[in-house]
Amino acid sequence: MVRQDDMLEKIDIDLPASPESLAKLKPGSIVYLNGVVYTAREGVYDRVLNHKEALPVPIHEVTNANFHCSPAASSNADGSYRIGAVTATASFRFSKYMGDWLDATKTKIVIGKGGMPADDYKDILAPRGAVYLTTVGYGTGALLGQGVRKVLAVHWLEELGIAQAMWMFEVSNFGPFLVDSDLEGNSLFAEQGELVNQSIEKAYEGLRKPALLRYGETDDRKDELI
Amino acid sequence: MKPISQRAIEEACYEIMKKAAVDIPEDYLTGIKRSAEQEKEALSGFVIRTMVRNYETATAERRPMCADTGLPRYFVKVGDHARFEGGFTGMERSIRSATARATQDVPMRPNRVHPLWRTDYNNNVGINAPEVEWSFEPDAGWIDITTVHKGGLFGTDYRMLFPGDGIDGIRRFLLDTLIAFGKRGLACQPAIIGIGIGGSKDTCMQLGKQAACLRIVGDRNPDRKIAELELELMEESNSIGMGPMGFVGSSMAVDLHIEVGYTHTGGMPVSVHTFCLSSRRATARIHADGHIEYRTDPKWFTPYYRREGVDWEGAGLGQARRYA
Ligand code: SF4
Repeated sequence: MVRQDDMLEKIDIDLPASPESLAKLKPGSIVYLNGVVYTAREGVYDRVLNHKEALPVPIHEVTNANFHCSPAASSNADGSYRIGAVTATASFRFSKYMGDWLDATKTKIVIGKGGMPADDYKDILAPRGAVYLTTVGYGTGALLGQGVRKVLAVHWLEELGIAQAMWMFEVSNFGPFLVDSDLEGNSLFAEQGELVNQSIEKAYEGLRKPALLRYGETDDRKDELI
Repeated sequence: MKPISQRAIEEACYEIMKKAAVDIPEDYLTGIKRSAEQEKEALSGFVIRTMVRNYETATAERRPMCADTGLPRYFVKVGDHARFEGGFTGMERSIRSATARATQDVPMRPNRVHPLWRTDYNNNVGINAPEVEWSFEPDAGWIDITTVHKGGLFGTDYRMLFPGDGIDGIRRFLLDTLIAFGKRGLACQPAIIGIGIGGSKDTCMQLGKQAACLRIVGDRNPDRKIAELELELMEESNSIGMGPMGFVGSSMAVDLHIEVGYTHTGGMPVSVHTFCLSSRRATARIHADGHIEYRTDPKWFTPYYRREGVDWEGAGLGQARRYA
């Protein structure tokens, strides 16, 4: 399937996102966000889900968008923060936390880098009415940094450090993001990956295997690799 | 003439840190714009065009182009006749202090942590960090200092191949690496791909890394046959059917550079490196009189650096013979 430029539609979403606005999203839609987003990754997940610590704020009253992100931030002398660039971190590592986290926070938009396994969308996100947005590129740190208007708060900075702390960002025209999974759990990455896979064999045509193999090319550790 | 002052060295290190984090090198920008023009798939094209917008925003607003500001590292080339204050350890100190200051001022992400205890001094400095690689240049009185902010946990691999595996073995390993890390765009392609061939395992890795990070887009290896191979492999990388973010497309490589080192007669070690969408590098030349010039071409691979014989003059003749 070849997508034409005009098929890439651009959608603005106000946060917290309503179910109706989420229903408009399809894999490959371009999204910009307005409102508040919060960052949380393994450090925060671990505190709340495994160590049963209370959330520092009732997040769902403010926002339902969780950004897998570590900002390039530094503190000013007056105690405020400077955010230079903002880039997502790879989400697949967090999939084991997602179900409980979405339940605990009523999060409906997960933003990160590179998506999660397609099954997670069907089994975890879609049943909870949540979608996944991926950053573009992925190094669009300056564009996203420009969309962050203000640091509203930062929680657990001392305990978790800049990268893992929970940042609350006020954002406007924050993007672009691409919808990976929609409310039905369809996945753009999976769809594109399958298309790419169809051409891979051709690239290898006529290339012999190397003289010495590696484990991974055979999974039986009793095999010799020659 | 007075020796080059330590202040000049520290200033140069600090400036290149700031430039590298914020300003995309011109050669890479030109290359990525060409990829944008050639990319026929709408999604892949959109991603590349968004990246171009991102570089422009970074420069206009003096923001890092990517929040993962990578791992700062340095490559220093010292001319035989260069005289400078503080000695080599003084220069290493300047490099560490510039790294710490720029981390706070840009701001850059304090990415460097102890590998086991995850200690973070929030300044990108630690044991063996930032890395400094040294090289030398005959008949020169300047010092070239290059910083590279290499991103990416993904996109690099090493393999011991054998002479019998031939060029096809290299092809296959390149495809393996690009596809493994290209899916979902983990390597943040399109990238400058560097391939190191030969040496021992560590030099093989080093050559590939330097090939990716220290040669500009459009530069070709002086060995004509290697230059042809660079172009062939780049073409093949872009024909996998994959583009940015692992979407359907034809943009994996903005350029591809190969560097070689003499190796064990029985082997042909190969390494593949990708210098991601944030191909950050900046170079300062500190002249003998202390004035500093900035540029984005590291000019690391000088004929002297690639010398083949015992004596430099002799090696020059050897090269002339081979490349004729
Ligand atoms: S690989 Fe490069 S572009 Fe991608 S997130 Fe890391 S530093 Fe940024």
